[in-house]
Amino acid sequence: MTPTYYLYLAGIIFTIGASGVLLRRNSIVVFMCVELMLNASNLAFVTFARINGNLEGQVVAFFVMVVAAAEVVVGLAIIVTIFRSRRSASVDDPNLLKL
Amino acid sequence: MNALLASATVSTAEQVTFWVLAPLMVLAALMILISRKAVHSALWMATTMVILAVFFAMQGGVFLGVVQVVVYTGAVMMLFLFVLMLVGVDASDSFVETLRGQRWIAAVLGLGFAGLLLSGISRATFPPPAGVGVEDAASGGQVRALAEIIFTHYLFTFEVISAVLIVAAVGAMALTHRTQLTPRLSQTSLSRQRVSSGRVTPLPSPGVYARHNAVDTPALLPDGSPAEDSVPEHLRRRGLVRPTGPVELPHGDGEGNRS
Repeated sequence: MTPTYYLYLAGIIFTIGASGVLLRRNSIVVFMCVELMLNASNLAFVTFARINGNLEGQVVAFFVMVVAAAEVVVGLAIIVTIFRSRRSASVDDPNLLKL
Repeated sequence: MNALLASATVSTAEQVTFWVLAPLMVLAALMILISRKAVHSALWMATTMVILAVFFAMQGGVFLGVVQVVVYTGAVMMLFLFVLMLVGVDASDSFVETLRGQRWIAAVLGLGFAGLLLSGISRATFPPPAGVGVEDAASGGQVRALAEIIFTHYLFTFEVISAVLIVAAVGAMALTHRTQLTPRLSQTSLSRQRVSSGRVTPLPSPGVYARHNAVDTPALLPDGSPAEDSVPEHLRRRGLVRPTGPVELPHGDGEGNRS
């Protein structure tokens, strides 16, 4: 077994996350799937750091985590705001901008 | 043997851990997709993140593993659960397709994407793993080495990221801020309102002088008649007030002992 197996795992997890974004309608679950994709890319970064033998991959993974945290804060605030006005967390409902 | 140096090779313990946890992680990720209730998805998400933290630590990123547990399972998942509570825990997802064939198209796209990604990884050639921590074992640990990289090469990125965090925090506050449409009630206006309404005292509490102390039992006035005010208004409107029968005064010997 080589560390490449972690890359396969990261690929699978990323695909599951991407499919979740396409499949699910609840905006919070969609958000969780986005987080899953970010986590999968983090796993790939850490694995590459191990393969290449320097810590820069881990630093990038660290930055990705911070950006993900900021993204969660803003995204959940948007979800709460939409829920207040539309009483729904489904991504099908906010369609007022549609022609 | 230094634990950081060990990440250059894949030990048997790591193999066992990987083959136990990796299928579990894929299962948990699939359960996020399949779970009908958002709360179950959140719990499976927490499982995925904890397993990921184990993988980080196993690959020589001990600091990242700890940060993963603290930031993701600690802060982000709490935020998710908090918003779930705000939005409604038992709001389950509707599985009615609004776009026809969306599920099949998504499945095909997902499988195609997975095939592309995995075949790409399988065709790439990687050098034998060098392992992290080889060069920083002498200089006093991995956290120190990480700090050196972050605060020298990536200092500007670090500053930008801190700005992003502050903007995100302020933005979340601005987004969820509610403008006050009615004038704020002050203590003076409340007391004026109370005096002008005709009743200065609070309403009598239900059931205090009656035989039950349930909220649907009206309190009894000194003459034995029920005080209608003491029952909450919505119970009165629905006609749910418990009738009070004629009150039998206890015949005692004057010292509180009932006969």
